[in-house]
Amino acid sequence: MFFKNLQKVLRENIREYGMFIALFIIMVIFSFTTNGIFVSSRNISNLLNQTGYIAVLAVGMTLVIVIRHIDLSVGFLAGFLGAVAAVALQFWKLPVYVVIPMTLALGTVAGLITAFLVAQLGIPSFVASLAGWLIYRGALLLVTASTGTIIITDKAFNAIGNGYIPDFPDIGILPGVHKLTLLLGLIALVFFVFNEINGRRKKQAYNFEVLPMDMFILKLVFMTVLVGVITWVLAGYNGLSWTVVVMLLVVSIYHFVTIQTVLGRHIYAVGGNPEAAELSGISVKRLTYVAFGSMGLLSALSGILFASRLQSATTTAGTLFELDAIAAAYIGGVSAAGGVGQVTGSLIGAIVYMSLTSGMNLMNVDIAYQYVVRGAVLVAAVVFDVATRGKGN
Amino acid sequence: MNPPILEMRNISKEFPGVKALDNVSFRVREGEIHGLVGENGAGKSTLMKVLTGVHPYGTYSGDILLYGELQQFAGVGDSERARIAIIYQELALIPEMTVYENIFLGHEISNGLVIDWNETIKRTAEVLRRVGLDINPSTKVKDLGVGKQQLVEIAKALHRDVRILVLDEPTAALNEDDSENLLNLLREQRVQGVTCILISHKLREVIDVADTVTVLRDGQTVVTLDAHQGEVSEPVLIKHMVGREISNIYPDREREISEQVAIEIKDWSAYDSGLGRFILQDVNLTVKKGEIVGISGLMGSGRTEFALSIFGNPEGYNVSGQMFLGGQPFQFNHPGDAIRAGVAYLTEDRKGKGLILIQDVKQNITLANLREIAARGVVDNNAEVKVANEYRASLDIKTPSIEQKVQNLSGGNQQKVSLGKWLFVKPDVLILDEPTRGIDVGAKYEIYTIMNRLVAQGMSIIMISSELPEILGMSDRVYVVSGGRIAGEMRVEEATQEKIMDLATDY
Repeated sequence: MFFKNLQKVLRENIREYGMFIALFIIMVIFSFTTNGIFVSSRNISNLLNQTGYIAVLAVGMTLVIVIRHIDLSVGFLAGFLGAVAAVALQFWKLPVYVVIPMTLALGTVAGLITAFLVAQLGIPSFVASLAGWLIYRGALLLVTASTGTIIITDKAFNAIGNGYIPDFPDIGILPGVHKLTLLLGLIALVFFVFNEINGRRKKQAYNFEVLPMDMFILKLVFMTVLVGVITWVLAGYNGLSWTVVVMLLVVSIYHFVTIQTVLGRHIYAVGGNPEAAELSGISVKRLTYVAFGSMGLLSALSGILFASRLQSATTTAGTLFELDAIAAAYIGGVSAAGGVGQVTGSLIGAIVYMSLTSGMNLMNVDIAYQYVVRGAVLVAAVVFDVATRGKGN
Repeated sequence: MNPPILEMRNISKEFPGVKALDNVSFRVREGEIHGLVGENGAGKSTLMKVLTGVHPYGTYSGDILLYGELQQFAGVGDSERARIAIIYQELALIPEMTVYENIFLGHEISNGLVIDWNETIKRTAEVLRRVGLDINPSTKVKDLGVGKQQLVEIAKALHRDVRILVLDEPTAALNEDDSENLLNLLREQRVQGVTCILISHKLREVIDVADTVTVLRDGQTVVTLDAHQGEVSEPVLIKHMVGREISNIYPDREREISEQVAIEIKDWSAYDSGLGRFILQDVNLTVKKGEIVGISGLMGSGRTEFALSIFGNPEGYNVSGQMFLGGQPFQFNHPGDAIRAGVAYLTEDRKGKGLILIQDVKQNITLANLREIAARGVVDNNAEVKVANEYRASLDIKTPSIEQKVQNLSGGNQQKVSLGKWLFVKPDVLILDEPTRGIDVGAKYEIYTIMNRLVAQGMSIIMISSELPEILGMSDRVYVVSGGRIAGEMRVEEATQEKIMDLATDY
């Protein structure tokens, strides 16, 4: 009975759970092939920190793809803005609390310019953003031309990509474990479980279909173990890094906005059928500005995270980020046809994508094979997406 | 009596959870026009998909016999080789290609390497003559009207020497003139030995041209009638289709029209810079509170363009003129402005421009007025469910759940969802563009009943329709549009089909 239920639930929700299962399988495989190094505290912590700047881009890209566009300019825009931040910090001697908002604002403006070309002048986003790709690449080279790599010495700035959240003072219990991280993990868990139970109760009140009780408990246990293990693993190293905090904040905000607000619903409506959305009083133009503007903002954030992580701005920063972000979004279940895809999916997609890199690096796999494997996983994810389309919800 | 060219015996076809065809038998004699009618979901399209190999051999049970020989089509290619062609409601032409390229697409005349375009054009001209289409074969398909495109489709089928031509709702998008042309063409092809299977909701057409009519209901054959023995009439067909008698196609209503004007349009003109000409000129129109005003006109007369130009002008025409709502002047720059001012527009293109097919019933219903169920931009899920359930009940939307995707509903129920969306914005003026296109008799009656209920509550309705009986049956007053101008206005008591057609064709 239990396994029959399990089979049925998995089959009906394969799209929703497929990502988590894939991530789980990849982690198990790498744990074996690297003798457990892959799941060590240190490696998981590094993996998540590396995911940060791609995940942030993938979240923005999700909205852009959902409204049936694409943005190729984000990689070099991130690189360019990272360099601008470095110049502002090192040469103009601006304080970090000015530099970060300024960079984010510049990114937003850059996104709005792409949006202007797309929404106002009707240029296909592929072309408009390809032009951006070239222009920002040139701009990055210009900024770094005289100096080459710009080393950033600002401690606060560098902490974003390398620092960890502070801990409670040591009071003797749980030595060597990051206690604030544990506490935050616990709060997140309680919040998640409470939310799930509440949601299920409401659905029942409306006589909507809900998971059978045993499956519901299984889901809760699975998620609890997942979050619990990740929290414990992170707490065993240096705790939560600022990068992970930023990433989780971005994903949470975007998840809330896309799922629960009028703005989010309008974005999916435009993606599902732009003409119907327009005739329903939704301004497709306005939402094009919103999606590309947010993409620009997150490109700037990604550039900051990357520059901060390297503690420098380089001439090649941001190379191919856009394709990594697009791949992460597709792996995460965003549909190229528009109207379908969630930012949480793209986050998982980014983690899957970076896990492949991290795991294969640990195994000393030749970079040539790494590209082949990543390509194969991308194809597999999209084939899976197409094959399961129309099943379940 | 001719022998059967086609016999489909005991065909059954199941989809997960639904028995779409249940032991259907269907016989077509050589050279006849065979009408196939039934409500939406009765199984007409599924039966034709079985015939043409879209549902290949093995996915259904039963036998298909052509000239008494058993056929096992593995795909559409096989049925084409057996010289069966189907023309769908949605045309399958490539707009950017010329007529001759389209007609010979996939069957190019070549010496194995190079296409012989001269021969292609010559033969295209021949086959165009056969369908009575006087156009240059080098015209691009996108530059033709829908009626002519339909004829190109038929020419494409004819040049392949089809024996059986299936037409699925061929006149749904055509005006009366083009429809008449098409039906005449079918009659001629019958003489030339092509057997036609005609699927249509327009029963009058079927009665006009068909030699035999088969009625399907709930996946079963109800009856096959011979038109030459006088068995076929509209009431008889409807009775068989719905399984009960509908005595009156248009529900009665108490006509209580106030003197209060709901919307007034003055000297309204619209210029389409893409086409480089005026599509509307000096249109004047008023609608009173509680009134249904019918707008009749041929395809391309400017009916839909008029509605869109009022409704926030999403096509970006250059519009001049004045609009008053409840006596106040208004100007809309976007459909959103119109909605906020109490004007709603139900599009004629339900799937293309009306619904978001991949979203569910509740999301579609609340789409145009999400702010009503949101606080500070955050949607209240409970309120949304409540709203959706209200409209599901009051419009009798048949769906297993309000979380069902709209693409899985039948045409009639999709139309009710669209209607629900516009009722939720609580408009004063509701513009309905072809509100009953492509939906079955039962659902039509329900939509008419809803319209009557709305005007009784004080709403004003502008109904655009190609179907003259609908205009006459539902309106209080009729405007006839022709060439972008109002060609005439009359009370429905004074209107007749002839009078309206006369004005509509009068440029």
